[in-house]
Amino acid sequence: MRWVKRHLLPAYALLAFCYLLLPIAVVILFSFNAPSGRYNYVWEGFTLDNWINWDAPPGIQSAVVKSLEIGVLSTIVATVLGTLLALAIVRHQFRGRGATNMLIFLPMSTPEIVLGASLLTLFLNRQIVTGFGTIFIAHVMFIVSYVVVTVKARLIDFDRHLEEAAMDLGANEWVTFRKVTLPLLAPAILSAALLGFALSIDDFVITYFVSGPTQTFPLFVWGAARVAVPPQVNVVASAIFLIAVLIMVANVLWGLRARRARESMPAAVPLPETLPRTEPA
Amino acid sequence: MNFLHRHKGLTPYLLLVPGIAWLALFFLAPLGFLGYQSLQTGTFDTGYTFDWAFSNYWDAIRDYHEQFVRSFVYAGIATILALLVSYPLVYWIAFRAGRWKNVCLILIVAPLFVTYLVRTLAWLNILADEGPVVGFLRDIHVLGPDGRLLATSVAVVAGITYNFLPFMALPLYVSLEQIDARVLEAAEDLYASKRQAFLRVTLPLSAPGIVAGTLLTFIPAAGDFINAQLLGTPKQYMVGNVIQSKFLDVLDYPSAAALSFILMALILVGLIVYARAVGTERLTG
Repeated sequence: MRWVKRHLLPAYALLAFCYLLLPIAVVILFSFNAPSGRYNYVWEGFTLDNWINWDAPPGIQSAVVKSLEIGVLSTIVATVLGTLLALAIVRHQFRGRGATNMLIFLPMSTPEIVLGASLLTLFLNRQIVTGFGTIFIAHVMFIVSYVVVTVKARLIDFDRHLEEAAMDLGANEWVTFRKVTLPLLAPAILSAALLGFALSIDDFVITYFVSGPTQTFPLFVWGAARVAVPPQVNVVASAIFLIAVLIMVANVLWGLRARRARESMPAAVPLPETLPRTEPA
Repeated sequence: MNFLHRHKGLTPYLLLVPGIAWLALFFLAPLGFLGYQSLQTGTFDTGYTFDWAFSNYWDAIRDYHEQFVRSFVYAGIATILALLVSYPLVYWIAFRAGRWKNVCLILIVAPLFVTYLVRTLAWLNILADEGPVVGFLRDIHVLGPDGRLLATSVAVVAGITYNFLPFMALPLYVSLEQIDARVLEAAEDLYASKRQAFLRVTLPLSAPGIVAGTLLTFIPAAGDFINAQLLGTPKQYMVGNVIQSKFLDVLDYPSAAALSFILMALILVGLIVYARAVGTERLTG
């Protein structure tokens, strides 16, 4: 009985992990499948053909390229806008703070379908032709909030003494920002950008509404799902997955190394616990 | 730079302008247009005219209350399931996983790295009529000999649960991880049983995570249409499916806009009630 009790939780965790990872295993496995017909539902044999000819289905390559282009462009713009917003919110007192926080929070708490639908009505009413540009606009809009949240978290913990030290040493505000603030914020900005990029290349719902004739990878999958999904879709998804996991692992290792380095480093100026008292003779 | 020195109070506004302008133009203004569109009458061919047609809202509720109810029921069940599945798992990671914590966390978010549509399609393979899950359930007579999982509410709810589970698990993990081990020791010293310590210390301290996770799961789940479309049939359609087809297939914009507004309003009302209960600071960070 005690044995069961002790192993219940780990066993449960193992099962839960299987549940989480099973679909991923299926996606990767079926990227190596050699279906005889059009449907890639049943395992029929191992092949590397899908990986070698990943761009065989017409349109898949241009869709992947479009996804990457939109991902990079919208991430850059959203990261800049979001970082500036985070700096303003954490570092400055100004009127309308509450409203600003609300405006940043709202897009994250609005269902994607409403975001997509409302953007489409804007574009229809203003007669803006939907396509690459409108997808870019939409992606920047929904990524910005996530960037703000990520960078804000880091800015709140920021040790402002470092900036004061730079200013004491004669650096002006701009130099301090460039040489002290920005490098220290870099990890947070980088993770915000990675998150933004991941959100962008995965987005289907909003993109679906504002894409016009432009096709991104998720839109390609949607179109294919109406007929038959070629195994190459699994190849691209597996590749994206593996790259993302590698980046995550690198990030974790980097964090561990930085922490270890910090722990093994002696404090720059050792502070005496109490000053030695000189007894009056 | 001199200019900034002389007008220090301006700096925050200069930092704010680009981002706020973007959100005002492409988040707030579109919502305005959506509201405007929802009060129009007409058809795609004859054009639309604005005439305060509140009837669009009543019509939308009359014709699609079933889909609204279904959206909230599915999203509610999926949220509860996600909480039940992820709580013990995350608890184990936070308190027992030791040096494997980071690996476990990567495993939890791993599904998010597989394109949303592709991981939903993977459930098509898993739940397929010829697949292993259906075969097993037929063998143990949970399902009849022609019983299926695809095209049922079970499949749709399972898909939603799976897709949004990481959004529940991550905030839960953060709140559990922050619990000071000394508080639990104190509970033990004061003769709390394991069960009491969990119910009266751990669970209340993880409440912020439950709150955040519930929101992050429920909101996207209520607006989802992909799971119902790929794993279900029109009998499982949620309000998202209706909005999507009205906007992009039927081109009945006023009605689609009214439906979107109702969905958003219902979620906002829920959010405000929730915020009142737990405090706004916790929600907006």
